[in-house]
Amino acid sequence: MAATSAPLAKTVLRPSANAVGIALLLVLAYGIVPLVGTSYLYEAILTPFLALSLAALGLNLLTGYAGQLSLGSSAFMALGAYAAFNLSLRLPFLPLPVTIVLAGLVAATAGLAAGLPALRLRGFYLAVSTLAVQFFVGWVLNRFAWISNDSPSGVISAPPLVIAGLSFEDARGRYLFSLTVVALLTFLAWRLVTSPTGRSFVAVRDNETAARVIGVKVARTKLLAFALSSFVVGVAGVLWAFAYLRTVEPAGFNLDRSFQILFIVIIGGLGTLRGAFLGAGLIVVLPLLLSRFGAAVLGDGFDSGTLEMCQRIALGTLIVAFLIREPAGLAALLDRAVRCLRRAD
Amino acid sequence: MLAVEALSLSFGGTVALDRVDLSVGVGEIHAVIGPNGAGKSSLINAISGLYTLDSGAIRIGDDRFTRVPTKRLARLGVARTFQNLALFKGLTVLDTVTAGLVDSQSAGLAAQILGLPTARREARAQRERAEAVIGFLDLSDVRDRLAGTLPYGVQKRVELARALVASPRLLLLDEPMAGMTATEKQRMSGTIRAARASGATIVLIEHDIGVVMSLSDRITVLDHGRRIASGTPAEIQADPAVIAAYLGLAFDEEAA
Repeated sequence: MAATSAPLAKTVLRPSANAVGIALLLVLAYGIVPLVGTSYLYEAILTPFLALSLAALGLNLLTGYAGQLSLGSSAFMALGAYAAFNLSLRLPFLPLPVTIVLAGLVAATAGLAAGLPALRLRGFYLAVSTLAVQFFVGWVLNRFAWISNDSPSGVISAPPLVIAGLSFEDARGRYLFSLTVVALLTFLAWRLVTSPTGRSFVAVRDNETAARVIGVKVARTKLLAFALSSFVVGVAGVLWAFAYLRTVEPAGFNLDRSFQILFIVIIGGLGTLRGAFLGAGLIVVLPLLLSRFGAAVLGDGFDSGTLEMCQRIALGTLIVAFLIREPAGLAALLDRAVRCLRRAD
Repeated sequence: MLAVEALSLSFGGTVALDRVDLSVGVGEIHAVIGPNGAGKSSLINAISGLYTLDSGAIRIGDDRFTRVPTKRLARLGVARTFQNLALFKGLTVLDTVTAGLVDSQSAGLAAQILGLPTARREARAQRERAEAVIGFLDLSDVRDRLAGTLPYGVQKRVELARALVASPRLLLLDEPMAGMTATEKQRMSGTIRAARASGATIVLIEHDIGVVMSLSDRITVLDHGRRIASGTPAEIQADPAVIAAYLGLAFDEEAA
């Protein structure tokens, strides 16, 4: 009897412990950070962290939960960003939240189309077909000048971030704006992955044949995963362009960015929501730590070229290490650490 | 309930099934036996539409197919388990079993995400149903564990629970007791009888002749892709062709 009651007690405890953790994070992010933060913290760390987290969250829905590999994430970020730019330029009367949702829907529609090959292809072959999307979107953005309002080399500048007269223009405002969008979409993603639909995502990922036999509509589930994932990634693109960089060009949404988002998901933990945040945190903080460390050790010899090189080496090593030692990523490491601490109590 | 008519199946020139007939009445427990490679699993896979037939037809209830549409299987009231486990290793036991109800899911995505009353009611009903089956199969202790982390015999029960939860009319079991101890087999036999009592017709592949003889109403014997006999356990035990092809061998093995 004791053996059966112990695991039950744990499951009763865990959701509330999670809820406390999330509440603390929100208090920190909304209540404490805005009081003590510097614009360097907002602009160089927190806002890009939030945008990348959201992109990774979106990709994780597709790759981590539904098991469909994609190398086209930054194409969907670009679609979201450029769609939002055009909507705010051509339909300036639309409130910003509506513009963002519509931009997400544009990315979702493209994601639906990009997901069609997934009905026939899987794994590596599917990844290659999403690679085609990556290059195709890049080509389209450069080919049709009206998309960037005829600006040279497709550079666009973000419109002011104003909602109902409230301005989010300064560094802290853009951080709070990103935080709110990310918190909202993370909540919806959590609802999704714990819903029957989320269950079907995992069923398709883990055993497509068995999923089909029990009545999961496999084709529909895959397309839905592509659409929802692309929506989230598209909105992340809007944050990247509007809240973080303010000025973007198509070349910024290249294959490197897609890989970066995939690495975040792998390092953070496939098939977990918090993995996207842990991975993005590492990817954003790693270069900063490296440059501090490098400057301290090597002094002036540590220029930006060396930093770039060290960054690549460190990241590559991390990915290989995670794939071999902990395929479930930082999220699993964190879980284990928490369990150890609880046992120590 | 189920009729297989002159079913032939081959893989690149290798004949797996050769004009096999199988007839299963409503409420029957029908065992399919035969030596390894006789085509038993191929037969089940053909009935569930995973293989395309060369010729022949399959009748399920009132519908007749030359290729059974796998995605309509659940709608037709057919559920199955797999010889080599086909679980969702990333889902908990509770979620795995609840997933077995996916075909009757009616609340849409928006209702699920927003937690509308319809979706909440449905989720609660599905959960209650899944919990009942989990209790029935004695899986309550592991309901929150990931299915992939459980011992083999328990995973087999989880898979059966996922199949049973939708109250299928026709249940196809591909070696549900493989790798189980005698006690576990005993319990599994009881579960299969109970599933029949609750209205399912059962087609069962099993190697343990003792279990097959005590559990089945009728038995079909396959050898090298052909049906060599079909009848009651008593008839099968007395059939010289079966003894030559299979039973004799099995008894010899046991003696050795």
